[in-house]
Amino acid sequence: MGICMQDNTIAGIASGMGGGIGIIRISGNNALKAAGKIFRTKSFVDEKLGKIKKDIKWDFNYFYNKETHTISYGFITDGTGIIDEVIVLLMKSPHSYTKEDVVEIDAHGGPFVVKRILELLLENGVKLAEPGEFTKRAFLNGRIDLSQAEAVMKIISSKSSFALNSAVKQLEGSISGYIGEIRNEILNNLGQIEAALDDPEHYDLDIYRDKILKEMEEEVSKLKSLLLHFNDGRMKSEGINTVIAGKPNAGKSSLMNLLLDEERAIVTNVAGTTRDIIEETVYLDNIVLNIADTAGIHETDDVVENIGVDKAVSYLENADFVIYVVDSSVPLDNDDMQIIELLKGKTGVVLMNKSDLEARLTEEEVKSRLGWTCIGFSNETKLGLKELSEYIKNSFLHGDITFNDQVYLTNLRHKEAVEDALSSLIQAVDTMKSGLPEDFIAIDMMDAYKKLGLINGETASEDLVNKIFKDFCMGK
Amino acid sequence: MSYTYEPYDIVVIGAGHAGCEAALASARLGLKTLVFTVSIDSIAMMPCNPNVGGSSKGHLVREVDALGGEMGKNIDKTFIQTKMLNLSKGPAVHSLRAQADKKDYSRAMRNVLENTDNLVIKQGEVSEVIVSGGKVTGIRTVSDAVYPCKAAIMCTGTYLKARCIYGDVSQNTGPNGLAAANHLTDCLIKLGIDVRRFKTGTPARVDKRTVDFSKMEEQKGDINIVPFSFTNRPKDLERSQVSCWLTYTNKETHKIIMDNIDRSPLYSGNIKGTGPRYCPSIEDKVVRFADKERHQVFIEPEGNYTNEMYIGGMSSSLPEDVQYKMYHSVPGLENATIVRNAYAIEYDCIDPIQLKATLEFKEISGFYSAGQSNGSSGYEEAAAQGIIAGINAAMKILGRSPVILDRSQAYIGVLIDDLITKGTNEPYRMMTSRAEYRLLLRQDNADLRLTKIGYDIGLIDNERYNKLLEKEKLIEEEKKRIENLNIGVKEDIQKILEENGSTLLQSGATMAELVKRPELSYDKLLPADKDRPELPADVREQVNIAIKYEGYIERQLRQVEQFKKLENKKIPEDINYDEVYSLRIEALQKLKKFKPASVGQASRISGVSPADISVLLVYLEKN
Repeated sequence: MGICMQDNTIAGIASGMGGGIGIIRISGNNALKAAGKIFRTKSFVDEKLGKIKKDIKWDFNYFYNKETHTISYGFITDGTGIIDEVIVLLMKSPHSYTKEDVVEIDAHGGPFVVKRILELLLENGVKLAEPGEFTKRAFLNGRIDLSQAEAVMKIISSKSSFALNSAVKQLEGSISGYIGEIRNEILNNLGQIEAALDDPEHYDLDIYRDKILKEMEEEVSKLKSLLLHFNDGRMKSEGINTVIAGKPNAGKSSLMNLLLDEERAIVTNVAGTTRDIIEETVYLDNIVLNIADTAGIHETDDVVENIGVDKAVSYLENADFVIYVVDSSVPLDNDDMQIIELLKGKTGVVLMNKSDLEARLTEEEVKSRLGWTCIGFSNETKLGLKELSEYIKNSFLHGDITFNDQVYLTNLRHKEAVEDALSSLIQAVDTMKSGLPEDFIAIDMMDAYKKLGLINGETASEDLVNKIFKDFCMGK
Repeated sequence: MSYTYEPYDIVVIGAGHAGCEAALASARLGLKTLVFTVSIDSIAMMPCNPNVGGSSKGHLVREVDALGGEMGKNIDKTFIQTKMLNLSKGPAVHSLRAQADKKDYSRAMRNVLENTDNLVIKQGEVSEVIVSGGKVTGIRTVSDAVYPCKAAIMCTGTYLKARCIYGDVSQNTGPNGLAAANHLTDCLIKLGIDVRRFKTGTPARVDKRTVDFSKMEEQKGDINIVPFSFTNRPKDLERSQVSCWLTYTNKETHKIIMDNIDRSPLYSGNIKGTGPRYCPSIEDKVVRFADKERHQVFIEPEGNYTNEMYIGGMSSSLPEDVQYKMYHSVPGLENATIVRNAYAIEYDCIDPIQLKATLEFKEISGFYSAGQSNGSSGYEEAAAQGIIAGINAAMKILGRSPVILDRSQAYIGVLIDDLITKGTNEPYRMMTSRAEYRLLLRQDNADLRLTKIGYDIGLIDNERYNKLLEKEKLIEEEKKRIENLNIGVKEDIQKILEENGSTLLQSGATMAELVKRPELSYDKLLPADKDRPELPADVREQVNIAIKYEGYIERQLRQVEQFKKLENKKIPEDINYDEVYSLRIEALQKLKKFKPASVGQASRISGVSPADISVLLVYLEKN
């Protein structure tokens, strides 16, 4: 089998954006060529002028002639000037992560320079890598297996340290353990049923029906709570969808800027997302907030129109958390009332902005209408900012007592498997209640057992038969 | 000195339950067939339990019948008691079982073989399957006679290098003291075939006159007879039935066993073969399930013309004196005269993963293997493999496509797929829980599933085929009729509902909707259905099941669709797994060893993970 060289060559930033060194990774059959175009060794540049030497001819095929797994020292150029001093690692096909030709450029000049190098590559016909695309190629070329790929993808897509922990924990099998327990319970009961079906003259089921029903109902509720925690897991891993609501001039934009200012170094634009749903990502004590960029919504003087536009409504519908900014220097007006109507039933916090000014609005007044916690706040003095972040942290982390021990589902595939298993088990319980014979119950129990096995990568084939033989004395 | 005799198309080695079906299928398909047996008197012998069928095994018998096999017809001729098990459960696990008159069964089958065209029976031992250029060209007997043939089917059961053991007594014989077949194993090994040693066992037989049945529970047969064969009508099979009897072991029995466990060859190491978990010896049961205070014991007649009775549940290889004490401790057997001792039997069999789904050896063209020599246990499992091996050997010689039943079509498919894909470390027994689509693979619809296939093969005649088509038509028409039949809120229907504890109608419902209610059935609703046509019982049964369990059946059909997707992704025979990057080592080794025919089969091999399957799919996609 040949290596499946993708037609296009991709490049992406392989390191975090925060550190001193930025790594750009290029993969594909044009990786060597593209890197050769923007690279010069020391003797081809005039470091004093910061320019490349035009009088000697650079060999664009430089990297083709180099051995694999060698390091080249030199400079990145836009064709005239020097962009950065770099080290280049060469990994030729198939001896690389993706099994394609891979070039890694270690740059030193910080986020701007890294971005510029990436742009140069794109100008040279390289495509920007989709999130996880290197891993996808590694999988497609048979470099890693599916479960490894999924775990790596999860680590790549983790946006916070919590998510990283979760991904690592997943590798270590905390989900496997929990799912394994549920599977065991199902198998125990299946064994009971099957032994009786297979050897009706030895085993009678009637006395077990109630027990099986009760235990399957317990497993149903376990799976339900696991799914609830999936939502928790999602929020922590992919960010809490947060909307800043409020009428114009209440201070929404300033709050946004303040949050961004606070976390300037690690704010990134999330690639590949539409501007309508997630815009800016902000870290607050290891929690990721995806904050809707209110500037993206056309604001008019008419608040009702502003709030009433579909986008804003759908923002709110999808929001996990709302920061409602009110101007405490003026009383609530009709616009506020309409906003409050939209916010009812959501989770959020009220920022009593402009608390450095004379208050015309009390916390009690707002609380009586919305029931949310109110925090005194000032964009000018940053008063209440710490309180805000504490509050958000508390509502998502500290409120969850079993935080450290709880199993989180953070993978959509796992979620689907759990959902399928749950619906099968519910079906099994319904079948039991309707008084149908055990062999019908067993169909859906087996289905649930198999679905849960997908999470652990386990197949069911001989489990049941082994279970029956182990626990039941069968036969002639 | 070697003699060459007349050539045959197919030679079948062994005339047990697998050999009989294989030989009959082959001969009925017009191929010149020779069947060898170590003793003509032991054709279709039942050396262990005196019954046919039972949970999931009954399904196999009906499937064999639906394909045009003989076992169902033969047990219908010779049963002395019949019973449908699991009637309180769903239709998928209803299982037919019949007590056989062993001698009658054997005699009747021999009679069929003797009177089948193209079929020759010969008493003798085959010592060699002659292979030339990777192909079977003939067989050789111990008398050095060579019979050229195009295909050979090994159905040697438990006879290969058989050894019977109880206590310190060890005799190199096959079951019931018949001669063992001591030569063929060496040939198999020379042919590069993996041979292993399995063990099974049988209980003692007692003299009926010395059993006190008053201490036992009587187990009568069913009044309503359900034939095994779809060709038979219940009323034609009516006869007087005999009873079986139920008693139990007790603490005393268990104490006798435990006190002498060191004298059991199973525990002393004298028996090295692997025994089945399904029918463990009584000493195994007592050791492994020490908390059980008693085990069931079924006393079953061996036939109408003998006083011998089979002690079901108490197979053993303990020494004779311990056996006597042990059996005599069971209520009703205190004074029983033991006619034959219990014994364990060890025998050579092959590792079935060397076979294709046609039961042909992957590496030897024209060499097939079926039955207990493949590591299965049970008469029914043997017959099921026998008919498939016979059909496929014939198909190959006739240049026709092989006949492979998959896991969604038949228990036979599950049985063979399990054997060839998962292999087995003990004598393999069929179980309903092994069939993932068992709601579709019912014993009541085996004809609807398989008789068309049997017709295409050539084992089902036109008359039977046309009857099947008629049955299908009646079922479909009646289903449609009751799905569209609206039942208004009338007195007659409310009365039926009330009588059956069912919720009364508030508004109209279709007849089909009412059939779906657990407490009702198609037949119970007859009084509210004035225009119902008169239909045969088997048609009514199919209509009832199809309507009543429609939702579940549909879900299984969807599962089957998923299954077929992977099953239809064939793996080329010349695939080089070394080229499939990133298969885990274990998966690589297993795939090389098993050479699965499809991705579906690959996914069922133990040690091949879902991730390996993804890698394999990607590879196949790219090539």
